[in-house]
Amino acid sequence: MGNSSSMLTQYDIEEVQQHCSNAFSQQEIVSLYKRFCQLDRNGGGFVSAEEFLSVPEFAVNPLSQRVLRMVDGLNFKEFVAFLSAFSPRATLQQKIEFIFKVYDSDGNGKVTFNDMLDVLHDLTGQFISEKQRKQVLTQVLEEAGYTKDSLLVLSDFVKILGSSGLKMEVEVPVD
Amino acid sequence: MSTNQGKLKPSSSELDLDRPNIEDYLPSGASIQEPHGKLRLSDLLDISPILTEAAGAIVDDSFTRCFKSNSPEPWNWNVYLFPLWCFGVVFRYLILFPARAIVLTIGWIIFLSCFIPVHFLLKGNDALRKKLERVLVELICSFFVASWTGVVKYHGPRPSMRPKQVFVANHTSMIDFIILEQMTAFAVIMQKHPGWVGLLQSTILESVGCIWFNRSEAKDREIVAKKLREHSQGADNNPLLIFPEGTCVNNQYSVMFKKGAFELGCTVCPIAIKYNKIFVDAFWNSRKQSFTMHLLQLMTSWAVVCDVWYLEPQNLRPGETAIEFAERVRDIISVRAGLRKVPWDGYLKYSRPSPKHRERKQQSFAESVLRRLEEK
Repeated sequence: MGNSSSMLTQYDIEEVQQHCSNAFSQQEIVSLYKRFCQLDRNGGGFVSAEEFLSVPEFAVNPLSQRVLRMVDGLNFKEFVAFLSAFSPRATLQQKIEFIFKVYDSDGNGKVTFNDMLDVLHDLTGQFISEKQRKQVLTQVLEEAGYTKDSLLVLSDFVKILGSSGLKMEVEVPVD
Repeated sequence: MSTNQGKLKPSSSELDLDRPNIEDYLPSGASIQEPHGKLRLSDLLDISPILTEAAGAIVDDSFTRCFKSNSPEPWNWNVYLFPLWCFGVVFRYLILFPARAIVLTIGWIIFLSCFIPVHFLLKGNDALRKKLERVLVELICSFFVASWTGVVKYHGPRPSMRPKQVFVANHTSMIDFIILEQMTAFAVIMQKHPGWVGLLQSTILESVGCIWFNRSEAKDREIVAKKLREHSQGADNNPLLIFPEGTCVNNQYSVMFKKGAFELGCTVCPIAIKYNKIFVDAFWNSRKQSFTMHLLQLMTSWAVVCDVWYLEPQNLRPGETAIEFAERVRDIISVRAGLRKVPWDGYLKYSRPSPKHRERKQQSFAESVLRRLEEK
């Protein structure tokens, strides 16, 4: 795709579409490319953390740092693959996998009590004490049949979240 | 235009006092359906609404849209249109531009040869000097507008000069000021610029009574507020023109108005400005172009066509806060000029949003968790 040339060829679009398993239509990929170039202000071929954080709507999100870790420095192809979990064409499995990756910050395929505690901390800030957070998490874990020392894997997440009517979709504006 | 490229700094808490509750505007997926019932593990682990908001912001956000310069659609893509376009380019650059440059130079010569004598020789007779300087500034602005073949339609009653009155307008480019100034010599509050613009500011604009501010200094706000108040109380000062957005926006959206202009105890007269994009996109994207390049672009376009509406003067209603007043006036201007309102502060171009907004989200989530914990 080269650097900041604003023209995508048909080959490029098809390559990206394949890479994201057809999660986006060709028109959506063109729109995403325009957006990518808009965010990539210095034209380096990837969007840096600074450039993401200059979008105020993104910077005020409680999980912005975690998402940033996953999306920082990606080139356009990987950027689209990252967003594919938010396409209406993505399966529930793909969405749950994405959520799992957000929790599993060290990427070893296992989510520990502390991983879940960290995310809960991001979500609640200073408005719940550390002790209370641990209490709440332990309580709901035990009610769901796990313990404080359980290591959750992807299939556990699928079991827990599979029936909760997960909606995680983003609309790509196509002009 | 001095842009602070590089590290964005978090805005100081002083600046927060300006902003109304952003939460009233933002799409808050998480809080639309308040979850009820006993807290389960799935509720804690399901971060999908918040992730959706984050991804939504990555894909499209209302703030960036405000500063997007819309590049014109290329229309010259076939056998007969392309030569026409080439002819147009030749005409614009080789005929129009030199003609305009000559007109502008003549204007400057006339202006300077009148302004310098008036300024120095009439030092004693202030009232006459001010009156003449006012006329001369209007004159040079008319020359500027002529140099872009400006077609400006003014609607509404011409503002009458009265004390205790400020004018506010939406901001698209520094030329907004020139276009308004050719009709009435306003005093304006502006960011101090470097280079030749700064020179003009400190010499000529000084004579119509301008107030400078410096965005990067926090204390500056109080000093400027004081100067604003003093100026608006003075009976023979030129009427004050303020651009409450604080930054240039692309003439399709309006960002939040700063409340400074609305707490001076004066009548606020809104002015709406709308440029016709068919002729040229007058938005000055200060991140992409210097002002000189922007002017050159205007001088090599066909024309600058815009509408200026002088709207009904507004007063602070009883029980209304300055922020509500600012929003009400923004509404009036946005409706007239066909602008979409966004809930962002223009200064977020230069600094990060305050942690207050994130904390509000965290607080509502925390409260919901604790509440549901009690339910059995």
